[in-house]
Amino acid sequence: MSDITAAEPGPPAGAPEPGPSARPPARGPARPPRRRLAALEPLLWIGPAIALIAVVVLWPIVTMVQTSFQNITPLGITIGSAGLSNFSQVFKNPNLPGILVRTVIWVAAAVAITMVISLGLAQLYNQRFPGRRFARWAIIAPWAASVMMTALIFRWVLQPENGVVNVFLHQLGLVRFNSNQADWLGRPDSALVWMIGVAVFVSLPFTTYVLLAGLQSIPDELFEAARVDGASSWRAYRRITLPLLRPAFLVALVINLMNVFNSFPIIWEMTRGGPGYETSTTTVFMYDLKGTFVGQAAAMSIVNFTLVVIIVLVFLRLNRWNRQEAA
Amino acid sequence: MAVRTGTSRRLAARKQAAPQPAAARADRRLPSLRTAIIAAAAYVVAVIFVLPYLEMLITAVRPQRELYEPNYLPHHFAWSNLTNMWGAAFGITSAVRVSLEIAGGATLLVLLVALPAAYYTSRHRFRGRGAFLLLVLATQMLQPTALIVGIYKEFLDFGLLNLNPVWSLILVNAGFNLAFAVWILNAYIGSIPVELEQAAMVDGSTRLGALFRVTLPLAMPGVVTALIFTFIAAWNEFISALALTTNGSDYPLTVRLDSFIGQYTVDWQHLFGASLVATVPVLILFALIERRVVGGLTAGSIR
Repeated sequence: MSDITAAEPGPPAGAPEPGPSARPPARGPARPPRRRLAALEPLLWIGPAIALIAVVVLWPIVTMVQTSFQNITPLGITIGSAGLSNFSQVFKNPNLPGILVRTVIWVAAAVAITMVISLGLAQLYNQRFPGRRFARWAIIAPWAASVMMTALIFRWVLQPENGVVNVFLHQLGLVRFNSNQADWLGRPDSALVWMIGVAVFVSLPFTTYVLLAGLQSIPDELFEAARVDGASSWRAYRRITLPLLRPAFLVALVINLMNVFNSFPIIWEMTRGGPGYETSTTTVFMYDLKGTFVGQAAAMSIVNFTLVVIIVLVFLRLNRWNRQEAA
Repeated sequence: MAVRTGTSRRLAARKQAAPQPAAARADRRLPSLRTAIIAAAAYVVAVIFVLPYLEMLITAVRPQRELYEPNYLPHHFAWSNLTNMWGAAFGITSAVRVSLEIAGGATLLVLLVALPAAYYTSRHRFRGRGAFLLLVLATQMLQPTALIVGIYKEFLDFGLLNLNPVWSLILVNAGFNLAFAVWILNAYIGSIPVELEQAAMVDGSTRLGALFRVTLPLAMPGVVTALIFTFIAAWNEFISALALTTNGSDYPLTVRLDSFIGQYTVDWQHLFGASLVATVPVLILFALIERRVVGGLTAGSIR
């Protein structure tokens, strides 16, 4: 299907037809007196994009910083400056250490597992076999579907009294309905494990596709040469595939880091971050604070935002290093 | 993996497509054990990926009195769930309308804003071009989640939320999907020889005329990809919709479904009925652009 759309750019419909009003051609370059206006020409084209980014990204950053220093009541009334007290309140919150540790586990586990499984999946889906296109379509389902809806399905199949996961485990004789053990999302530890599983599930398609694109950019001749030289396929994988896959791998890694760190719907839909804050990450914690203490939520956002910026900078550095290696 | 231009990608696709039928025929004649094992593994993986959505369908047609029965399949299928759920009490109909407004509006806005930017940055080198592309990349790296408190406070302060949250959500969704559209359009326009436009201009077409009559039709796959991707992203978006809407009548579908969870008795069958309606079209649309999405998501970080 995508072959059709990809292969046919379509005939340039009516391209050679001259326009109705035959204006003098090539009016662009030769116009010395309008020089200064010409310098503003780019703004005409990229201005709307800049304006949109300003409204949706830049100004919110400014507002967020301002808010983090304001004292705002739960009813939304600003009663003056708060100095640094929003930040100190957040840092003094007894739940914060647990939340930070959980955030690290959440991000590290979800991203690491995703990357490892995706390497295998990309290898698998790069092979030729009948029905490959349909198999590839199947794995995009969690990518295309709304993450919050996917998370809701998992909440449903983990219901202690009737979820199909428990039905299955019950048949195996491992779990009794409505037992404490069947209440997977009621216990913080098992809830976190399941939620990491869902994060992996929804991250796999994108990651696999990026790695697939990377695999397809490796010329077959390299493998032929390796085979002629008598290299085993595992050796060829380690010495050819993995190094050449590095750019794709890094891109997927960083995008996953950002996505998982910022992930909100999975935890929100499966446990709401509870009981207490026992399944919250910093993102969920920040959103929860927004309901009562907007100032503290802004302070927490600044902390999160700083972490994100660090990830981006590390990535840009890696990226440059990557390009230098490639060159 | 370098950014491949549209043309070379199309060429590559053709090159890939050509040997496939032959290979498939060979497979049918003589499926080697290795191919069989690979195919079996791939099918198993595919089924695992689809299973949760199958459960979505099954639950959507579970009769009310069998809702909490511990079995894989209900004894009866209540297909009427799929018609009953549109009743006003569930608020699904209005939520679908709001979601369509937001996703449609964001898609239109992205096209209006990204197309000129992508065209100009692809055709011209000018001062500030690099800075602009870096800004676009930064928006792709950030997500509404990271800025949600700022977005919420800004729109609250400017009174946009009292107006109608749909407008705010159109802006937010357009802003955070702008980058994808810019990259993909940039790549497609860059692959179209500038001589084609010049020829049209020699023939008396204006610059805009050449853009609309020559470049755009050729860049259509890129435009369609950008449109579909933005639509899906805005349709699925959750956190800013949750933060920016307070009245039930303003809820898009994601927020409406979230509100089901807080109820004393959760209408799981209608919840998943609506999810199904939300998911199936999106899956089909996504399958159409599947091959080109990776380019748009990673191009910015690679250039």
